[in-house]
Amino acid sequence: MSGYWAGILTILAINIIFAYGIFLPVATGQLNLGGAGFQAIGAYGAAFLSASFALPVPVTIGVGMLVAGITGYLIAFPLLRTRGVYLVLATFAFAEVVAGLILNSDTFGGAMGLSVPAFIDWHVAVIAAAVVTVFVFYLMSTRFGLTMRAAHDDEVVTDLMGVNVRGVQVAGFAIGGALAGLAGGLYAHSFNFVEIQSFNALVSIYVLLYVLLGGTQTAWGPLAGATFFTLLPEALRTVLPALKSSIYWFAGVEGPVAAPDDSWRFVILGALTIAMMVLRPEGLITRTLVERISFRRSNTDKGALA
Amino acid sequence: MLLDVKGLDVRYGRTHAVKNVNLSVAEGEIVTVLGANGAGKTSLLRALQGAVRPASGTISYDGHDLSRASPAARVSSGMMLVPEGRQIFVSMTVHENLQMGVYLRSDRDVARDLDAVYDRFPNLAERRDMKASVLSGGEQQMLAIGRALVGRPRLIMLDEPSLGLSPLFVARLFDLIVELNKSGISILLVEQNTTMALDVAQRGYVLELGKVVIEDSAAALSKNTALTEAYLGGGNEEPAPGFTGTQA
Repeated sequence: MSGYWAGILTILAINIIFAYGIFLPVATGQLNLGGAGFQAIGAYGAAFLSASFALPVPVTIGVGMLVAGITGYLIAFPLLRTRGVYLVLATFAFAEVVAGLILNSDTFGGAMGLSVPAFIDWHVAVIAAAVVTVFVFYLMSTRFGLTMRAAHDDEVVTDLMGVNVRGVQVAGFAIGGALAGLAGGLYAHSFNFVEIQSFNALVSIYVLLYVLLGGTQTAWGPLAGATFFTLLPEALRTVLPALKSSIYWFAGVEGPVAAPDDSWRFVILGALTIAMMVLRPEGLITRTLVERISFRRSNTDKGALA
Repeated sequence: MLLDVKGLDVRYGRTHAVKNVNLSVAEGEIVTVLGANGAGKTSLLRALQGAVRPASGTISYDGHDLSRASPAARVSSGMMLVPEGRQIFVSMTVHENLQMGVYLRSDRDVARDLDAVYDRFPNLAERRDMKASVLSGGEQQMLAIGRALVGRPRLIMLDEPSLGLSPLFVARLFDLIVELNKSGISILLVEQNTTMALDVAQRGYVLELGKVVIEDSAAALSKNTALTEAYLGGGNEEPAPGFTGTQA
């Protein structure tokens, strides 16, 4: 496999895991705009342990994941005292605090970043993404998953049913934080270098977009969202020059055509984002869609039996 | 007494929503709490189910003091609240909604209790795998009641169940309340539909501005229309605007 595709697959796998990390709190009704903070904790945890103590990769990533998960657990208590837009702002502030701490710390290399000696191949990230995907699908099918969705629909009534709503939400943040940390650890070892600029606010926004545009109702959503938004810019890389050439050809312009400016990819990405919000406000993959597809399948099964 | 409330106070900051309320429900009884909007009915029920912590007073249920108990403890001891406005989980299926009603239980009878609810409400059985948001208003109310019933409660508290339902469905709802009561479930019914509520109840309380202003037998309250109308604003037959007869 070419280096290009190995790189794309690695990023795709990391983004899928990261998206699931944000999906879990969102599935309980809590928007988390602090994704980059959790990812940075996982990435720097793994990078630090690998660079300073030369610990094996499973240990570095595991510890980074654990620290991110514990952080998620601990900050959930103050965070969940806020609601709505204030919760979003608080999670955003959390990510900024993490970035600030790392930037001002000599241990973590400050603005210089950290080199990560141990390298992992692309298939490690891909296998991890597959395992996480199965795990989240399983989680959503359990009683715990049911209560997460119930808390998302109506906190008060979920509480009345005897569910510890706060506990469910805290668990969402903690497990989600650990998954985002796992994405960070995989990032550190896949690219062998971490710098805090790679975990900026835009990263938090993008990963939340993957989840919201992919759909928050089922575990298919983050998978679809992360895949779509990771592969789209890459697809546009080849589609755009071809598009420009054909427009010029229609317009009758002769001679070689220069490749369009790279920023057009982001213009199209932005336009598509808005279009999706208008056309599918509940996300690309909704429960209704999943049900329709599976109903059709079960209907044909019945037909085959009869 | 199955439920015995003494000197209950509920405060939200400076708002004193429930003031020194004494109320009781005997085993097998239907008791109604009447009151206009803002009389503190919903706050009272929320406190009874443990969703809000009372500022003072005691709530004893079946001889146990549950004043400081969690909603979970109250649910498992057999109290179940059907919240106002058909608050079902709209993004979940009918079946998943019912499963939430037995969330605390993991015994083998769960499947049997779910079947019993489907037997009682065949409409729900037909729509078992449909999203609850596509149900009609009446069906949603049945689902909310069904969700309370699967837990096999001894006391059901209903918060304005007739709100926004068509007259036909309101009649069916009150038949159901009587039927449930006959099967041994005690009922605390909070209503604005005074006539219907007093029809099925044995006793009633009238709440105004958080206080119990009248407490009497349902028969006596029905006769004393002048007094009840003074507290309830008279227009007890009028549904809230925007909910007029569109639900079935």
